[in-house]
Amino acid sequence: MADITVKDKVITLHKLVTVIDCGVAVHPDNIRAQLEGGMVYGLAAVLRGEITLENGAVKQSNFTDYPMLTMSETPRTESYILPSTAPPGGIGEPGTATIAPALANAIYAGTATRVRSLPLSKHGFSFSVART
Amino acid sequence: MKLTVNGRTHDLDVESDTPVLWVIRDEVGLTGTKFGCGVGACGACTVLLEGEPTCSCVLPLSAVAGASITTIEGLSADKSHPVQKAWIAESVPQCGYCQWGMILAAVALLRRKTHPTDADINSAMTNICRCGTYDRVRKAIHKAAKG
Repeated sequence: MADITVKDKVITLHKLVTVIDCGVAVHPDNIRAQLEGGMVYGLAAVLRGEITLENGAVKQSNFTDYPMLTMSETPRTESYILPSTAPPGGIGEPGTATIAPALANAIYAGTATRVRSLPLSKHGFSFSVART
Repeated sequence: MKLTVNGRTHDLDVESDTPVLWVIRDEVGLTGTKFGCGVGACGACTVLLEGEPTCSCVLPLSAVAGASITTIEGLSADKSHPVQKAWIAESVPQCGYCQWGMILAAVALLRRKTHPTDADINSAMTNICRCGTYDRVRKAIHKAAKG
């Protein structure tokens, strides 16, 4: 879930929340760490991460032209683990993969605009972080 | 050229434009400081130069000869520095690669501001973490500040 406000194509990120049912939580703190980190990793890609090709070669070369999210650009995250007795499932990927649809659906909920490709920066969106 | 690292002075016979990162790793033999980007953008190579967090991958030896450098190994011999203890208590590191620079940046911040606000932390902590441990870094800094 992405808690955002959108005005004039500026997305203010308030909070990202992930809830997971991954079966028996063998190491809950590790699960939370994976979810927290996955949200940040996915968010960087969704907001402005894009690899482009020019004459067959990747254009981006370093953090200077493929910027990562920094501390000040990362919103609050919360993660919750549903109790389960099912066999343990994977936890490496869900935090990252769900950020794109959560953010795109939040944008639709706020603006009635569907985003059909990523990153958001190529549709003119910029972002800021609300820290409460 | 002479360089003091973690309180010990070394006599170095290397080219004067050698980045301090490689002097620390290859000549002095302290490998806690990491190569991340080579362009001073990520902070994995952060050392404290006269107490200030500095990217050592773009810092030539000639610019710091005679100065005093602290690396992650210099914080304590046994992980007893308050920032190290806070990092362990909050289980901050994931892959760990950025954490040495992150810890040194936090140490420098807490020396300047004993009780930093979230805004202080945002300004001071520019180290990149691809694993996304920022929330826990923040919690650990607040924890270390409480003492």
